[in-house]
Amino acid sequence: MTASSTPSLNAFESLLDPPRVAVDPAVRESYVIDGFAPAGVAKPASVEEASEIVRFAAKEKLAVVPVGSRTKLSIGATPIRYDLALDMSAINQMSHYDPADLTVSVGAGMPLAKLNATLREHNQFLPLLVPYYPQTTIGGTIASGVDSPLRQAYGTSRDFLLGAEFIDGTGALVKSGGRVVKNVTGYDLHKLLIGSLGSLAVITALNFRTFPAPANPRGFLASFSTAEAALSARRKIAESPLSPLTLDVINPVAAKIFADRTPSSLEPSIFANENQQNAEGPLAAPGKWFHPSDWQLCAGFAGVPEVLSRYPRDLTRTAKEFGATSISILDDATRPSIWGRLREALPLFRQSSPFAAIVKLNVLPSLQAQALTILEAVGRAAKLPPALIARASGTIYVALLLPDDAVDAFAEPLVLLTQEIFSLTRRFDGRASLLFAPPTIKHVLDTTLNSRPNSDLTLMRRVKFAFDPHNIFAPDRLFPTQL
Amino acid sequence: MRWHGDTLYSEGAPAQPSMLMTQTLIRQLENILGPDAILHLPEDVLLYEYDASVEKGRPDIVVFPQTTHEVSQIVKLAAQRDIPVIGRGAGTGLSGGALAPTGGLLIAFTRMNRILDLDFENQRAVVQPGVVNLDLTRAVEHAGLYFAPDPSSQKSCTIGGNVAENAGGPHTLACGVTTNHVTALELVLPDGEIVRVGNKQGDPFLYDLTGLLVGSEGTLALITEIAVKLSRKPEAVKTLLAIFDTIDDASETVADITARGITPAACEMLDGWTLRTVEDYIHAGFPLDSAAVLLIEVEGIAEAVTTQAATIDEICRFHQAREVRIARDDKERDLLWKGRKNSFGALGRVAAGIYVLDGVIPRSKLPQTLCRIQEIGQQFGFRIGNIFHAGDGNLHPIVLYDPRDTEQYQRALQASAAIIRYCVEVGGSLSGEHGIGMEKSELMPLLFSDADFALMRRVHDALNPTCLLNPGKVFPVNKGCGETRVRPQVPQAVAHS
Repeated sequence: MTASSTPSLNAFESLLDPPRVAVDPAVRESYVIDGFAPAGVAKPASVEEASEIVRFAAKEKLAVVPVGSRTKLSIGATPIRYDLALDMSAINQMSHYDPADLTVSVGAGMPLAKLNATLREHNQFLPLLVPYYPQTTIGGTIASGVDSPLRQAYGTSRDFLLGAEFIDGTGALVKSGGRVVKNVTGYDLHKLLIGSLGSLAVITALNFRTFPAPANPRGFLASFSTAEAALSARRKIAESPLSPLTLDVINPVAAKIFADRTPSSLEPSIFANENQQNAEGPLAAPGKWFHPSDWQLCAGFAGVPEVLSRYPRDLTRTAKEFGATSISILDDATRPSIWGRLREALPLFRQSSPFAAIVKLNVLPSLQAQALTILEAVGRAAKLPPALIARASGTIYVALLLPDDAVDAFAEPLVLLTQEIFSLTRRFDGRASLLFAPPTIKHVLDTTLNSRPNSDLTLMRRVKFAFDPHNIFAPDRLFPTQL
Repeated sequence: MRWHGDTLYSEGAPAQPSMLMTQTLIRQLENILGPDAILHLPEDVLLYEYDASVEKGRPDIVVFPQTTHEVSQIVKLAAQRDIPVIGRGAGTGLSGGALAPTGGLLIAFTRMNRILDLDFENQRAVVQPGVVNLDLTRAVEHAGLYFAPDPSSQKSCTIGGNVAENAGGPHTLACGVTTNHVTALELVLPDGEIVRVGNKQGDPFLYDLTGLLVGSEGTLALITEIAVKLSRKPEAVKTLLAIFDTIDDASETVADITARGITPAACEMLDGWTLRTVEDYIHAGFPLDSAAVLLIEVEGIAEAVTTQAATIDEICRFHQAREVRIARDDKERDLLWKGRKNSFGALGRVAAGIYVLDGVIPRSKLPQTLCRIQEIGQQFGFRIGNIFHAGDGNLHPIVLYDPRDTEQYQRALQASAAIIRYCVEVGGSLSGEHGIGMEKSELMPLLFSDADFALMRRVHDALNPTCLLNPGKVFPVNKGCGETRVRPQVPQAVAHS
């Protein structure tokens, strides 16, 4: 199946030397999005080559989807047009890193794990423990807008992305920001790239602020019989003097998946003074920590020995105050078991149900107890009990898990349920995006727009056309570009 | 008919604003705002030709709306008549962002100063743009919260101005600048349309328009409502003052603190000449024969703060600090900060004018940049003091000059440009927290290519296609809104007829 118009393939093939351009079906097949393969694939070796491809596409009005390691390519609407995949994984150089400045500039195709491995040599890191961590590129991490459990302490990429270079829809290489920590010089165009799904520009390089790697990471896990109790404990911790690195609540369905499954990936080694062997080995078995009948509060913390003795004390006291039925403190060797599962939660959900629909909601923390209760109820009513993760920062992940053998039977309930979740989010003045879903379901759903009044959508469209006047970049994958 | 005697707005012959038209406009504005919210007499609007920068630009009319609806109506009226519209907070800006170099209508937000919502559980506040920065902290501190961005002018500057310029402050090292604390905005577009971007929770949905608007210096939209994050006051704070005999020792101390994995909440440096001048006035207890002082603050839970302060003390002494003082209580802490917070005022006593520059460099380039600044000072014949946010490489060289002396004024601008050029040469940027405004628009090509400007211009036009909003800012002549820029050759030359 192809969503392509008929591009001038001969001209395309002569743009770069093979294998940097390919129209071979076997190659194109590995760039499929929701069943659609592009007509051609380009894998430029330099920014100039990438820019040439974009100029060609602009001239020929070809739809281009920039890609990295292709782990999150199905996030977004099913492509309406998909002529060329622009594979940026060869643009992967670290162009600048001065540890004393705590800033780094890297090519978009740089694998995040490789970047953090380099930073670790200087006891620094980028606080992006995002899903598909071992494979994901830094460009894909930014373009997909996925968040990290570490946002509790470090914020999201918008807080430490300092600048970017990218190719706009005319093929021009453009930059914004810089590589200094404070900068008010021109528009912060790079912030627009976060979560843009490649719809504004092709990211070529990104500049980040790096952070000192925390020493001695630890984990804390407490079980509660209700969502209210877990969230109340979470709130008390959020309002305490402690500043945990991660602070999430998971529901029993999510806990069961965590108990049953182990991510195939290695646990990344990013922390200072960490036992290298534990850190780089495969994730430990789930052990006794995850309880499929409980709501669980998961917190991560780190620090010097004096700090390490305070956290378990305070966290335990708070958990008991709200009726925790069991409490575990995870040490250096065991903490990857919960950190790794929290990081890889979305892949684990998709592993447990390849046709899972996963929705990301933003709901203020004070409304989460109510939102989670309703989400559980509507899920149960549709016979699709959701796996839920609720971050203290206000993000909720809802995974609707379909039985493998009954996907078609559940298609309609899934659509209705997703729509219900969207309208529920609206009631909470929240925002919702459908991240992953079976293509058959994405066809009938807008992945985002159902969830919000569209007052600023006109501005979004104008910004889109300022970047991409010919609408060649990932057309309509983020939102419909035509009114 | 085009507004004002500017060739800028007229395709044909320059037109003078007709007295009749002005009278009609004022009547229309009075219909929107009532009688006590408009200034138009030359002696009244004169006060609004300044901010805290060295630039000038006089508006023709100043209005003081109280609601978003009023702002929208004013903007619609201005759009009908092709009149430039400039937003202004408290006028404490340091780059001329709130001035009216092409004349026009200045919207002063000082009466839009209501706190609209305080949500302690979610640590959010919604404010009108005219709320004074420190007033928000005062309104929430009883709940253990505060608004983190703390520019030196926080007692008078407005949050709207902070948003427009993406203001920083001493504590942004650990806490981030304004953009890290803004989650949603209500905008009035140049055609008067009211639009909300972002959401109270804060995760951008689709494109991060809030992130685009913060720091856009009033060139994309007027901001009429702001949702911000409130931060929780730390359990413990320790403030250290370290005194050094050489600037290099102080600079290396900063680098070493970073290398040891400590991110202080603040890390400020004053050079020897500056601290002597400040001491003369403030009596903060700075030794007069020292070459530099570092003011370092760490905050967090008590256990972490105690060990970090001990480590910093040790690092300072390792780098030959002559003395390290650790504040024992809030009173001592205030005294240590007093010298820093009042330093600009203190310098104002020794010269007719002070020109506070704002450059930013990779922090590892600190020692060489300070040397270069001294050379530039000698070259242009100025005493240049240095007060800066050492932790994040944000410099504030201070040029003492006499603004009444045209030749000196020109030389001060040249010295400033030379320093900023050097910041860019070592990998830095034009402004860390003051913005580009009128002051540095001509320096923008040091960093940006034609392609960069072309995209910035398209984004500008996506929101502000008529260029009526804050013309003559950020973009250099020929790269922005046509030739709308009127830079005063001498400070007095801005006077309108």
